Amino acid sequence: MANDTLKTEFKRYMDEADAKCAKFPERPNLEPNRLYTPLDIEGFDYEKDLGFPGEFPFTRGVQPTMYRGRFWTMRMYAGFSTAEESNKRYRYLLANGGSGLSCAFDLPTQIGYDSTDPMAEGEVGKVGVAIDSLADMEILFNQIDLSKVSTSMTINAPASVLLCMYIAVAEKQGVPAAKLRGTIQNDILKEYSARGTYIFPPKPSMRLITNIFEYCSKNVPLWNTISISGYHIREAGSTAAQEIAFTIADGIAYVEAALKAGMDIDAFAGRLSFFWNAHNNVLEEVAKYRASRRIWARIMKDRFHAKKAKSMMLRFHTQTAGSMLTAQQPNNNIVRVALQVAAAVMGGTQSLHTNSKDEALALPTTESVTIALRTQQIVAYESGLADTIDPLGGSYYVEALTNKIEKEAMDYIKKIDDLGGAPEAIAKGYIQKEIQDSAYKWQMDVEQGKRIIVGVNKFTQEEEPPKNLLRVDGSVGKLQAKKIADVKAKRDNAKVKATLAALEDACHKDEKTNLIPFILEAVRAYATEGEICGVMRKVFGEFKAHTAL
Amino acid sequence: MANVKVLVAKPGLDGHDRGAKVVARALRDAGFEVIYTGIRLTPEQIAEAALQDDVNVVALSLLSGAHNTLFPKVVELLKAKGMKNVLVIGGGVIPEADIPGLKAAGIKEVFTPGTPTTKVVEFIKANVK
Repeated sequence: MANDTLKTEFKRYMDEADAKCAKFPERPNLEPNRLYTPLDIEGFDYEKDLGFPGEFPFTRGVQPTMYRGRFWTMRMYAGFSTAEESNKRYRYLLANGGSGLSCAFDLPTQIGYDSTDPMAEGEVGKVGVAIDSLADMEILFNQIDLSKVSTSMTINAPASVLLCMYIAVAEKQGVPAAKLRGTIQNDILKEYSARGTYIFPPKPSMRLITNIFEYCSKNVPLWNTISISGYHIREAGSTAAQEIAFTIADGIAYVEAALKAGMDIDAFAGRLSFFWNAHNNVLEEVAKYRASRRIWARIMKDRFHAKKAKSMMLRFHTQTAGSMLTAQQPNNNIVRVALQVAAAVMGGTQSLHTNSKDEALALPTTESVTIALRTQQIVAYESGLADTIDPLGGSYYVEALTNKIEKEAMDYIKKIDDLGGAPEAIAKGYIQKEIQDSAYKWQMDVEQGKRIIVGVNKFTQEEEPPKNLLRVDGSVGKLQAKKIADVKAKRDNAKVKATLAALEDACHKDEKTNLIPFILEAVRAYATEGEICGVMRKVFGEFKAHTAL
Repeated sequence: MANVKVLVAKPGLDGHDRGAKVVARALRDAGFEVIYTGIRLTPEQIAEAALQDDVNVVALSLLSGAHNTLFPKVVELLKAKGMKNVLVIGGGVIPEADIPGLKAAGIKEVFTPGTPTTKVVEFIKANVK
């Protein structure tokens, strides 16, 4: 049917349907059109807009075989209490079909405080595992072969320290750094805009990041040096388009910083990775993943003149949306997570974490984590969603939505460029304000019943408080204090002092002095994380946020 | 309610402030005067801010699990500074089982995930001194 004929036919059809709808009113507040046709993707050009999987612009996926070759990495984010407890959980997950590790650190570790620091009070071992020195890291990976497993670490401001601890544990296992596979989050910009575990001001933070890029390109070549994260931006309340826009803008800033430090684009771009949220609206999420790949590929090619295909590929990890879990009727969360997994898989994720049903209440129990892992396995092996690549490619709706999200995101990226780039836009509070406005709108929509959350504002019921929640008891702080005292008694304190002095010297030099070898020496000497970060705090100062409502 | 001053505060190291900001804004829209501290404050800093700004309400938000340590500490420090009439409330990822202990420690109400902001507004109106 030629488009003109289709337009006429479409109008006739919609008029008739509208007449029917007058009797049965449509549900209010829906954004998409009722129906999509070829008219919604006029000018669609398969080769230009989609291409084949593994080929520019990678809309359909980054590998030519995708899940026909192997499934995504089933990577469960875990960590709580002590290294001993977390090591047990890791080995349990690997024994049950988990295919990669993902470390959750407690907040003192994430903010560069030892467990004994007064700032750590009440927080030790709570949202993740407490790591104070190499001694804890050795226990964390006890009986886990680092030449075989890939490990993702959610660590940002002190990413360099934890990476060095990982390298040092591997050395003790006899595994060379060149063989290590994994990821550090290392994405400081979104800490300023959405997640909050910053330590240092932007300039030295960006130096640490580019130092890591450079060090890894030579010494840890298989390591993903950054996971540029939209996940937390979405959790903070952004829309789907804002999630990818603000994150890709951060990505642009990291690329520019590395280029400014004198690196060649193709020497580091292939190790950049991304991290997306899997929210409730399945098809919007699929379109978001597809749009993000196309945007990044074009930016890397056209704006930064990357030559290698690998540099243009947006590879990403996904986590299901924690903010969409409800404390009410928590079993319903299993279904939400299953749908979110469907979105991530149809969107071509490289690895995936699934949240557990009880996480709106506490850290997950082993039983609920097992259900979350099994959900991925059911989608992989039973659902058929992983049987063919980009199964929604060519859907009128999904293609139109991919175009729409791409356009919205590009408008934001343009706006951020005009403001002087992501660091400037964050300094001006622009990105934070956009996220807060979206979060407030979402909450008001829920409270006014424009958006339905089952069990929260519709289909509510009286229920007993849930039982069997995981609790981290207060003794972890004391245990860690004892471990730190033991380490300090056993280590060569003169050597620690010397390595920390050398690090301090290096911090005073300009960014061409790579700090990673100095941090690695201090780590090997069993300097604590707090001591190492303390040296950097002393030289670099601390970031102070200005928060506006 | 324009004469009611609320300090919305985030004790501890937790950076999750979506809830705190949404509540702060809803309270402001309801006519309260609202001050938001930003993240990562010690209980001492919060009590001091409450004193300096002479607030009627302190609304604490925490999602990291450190509430049993940090919430009661804020209450103690407020009392030590002579702010005996200030209404202290809390919110966040807080297990049901912890709520009686927090209430005994002087947290007048604890709002868990899914609470409409209107409920917080009503509670403050009914209980502020």
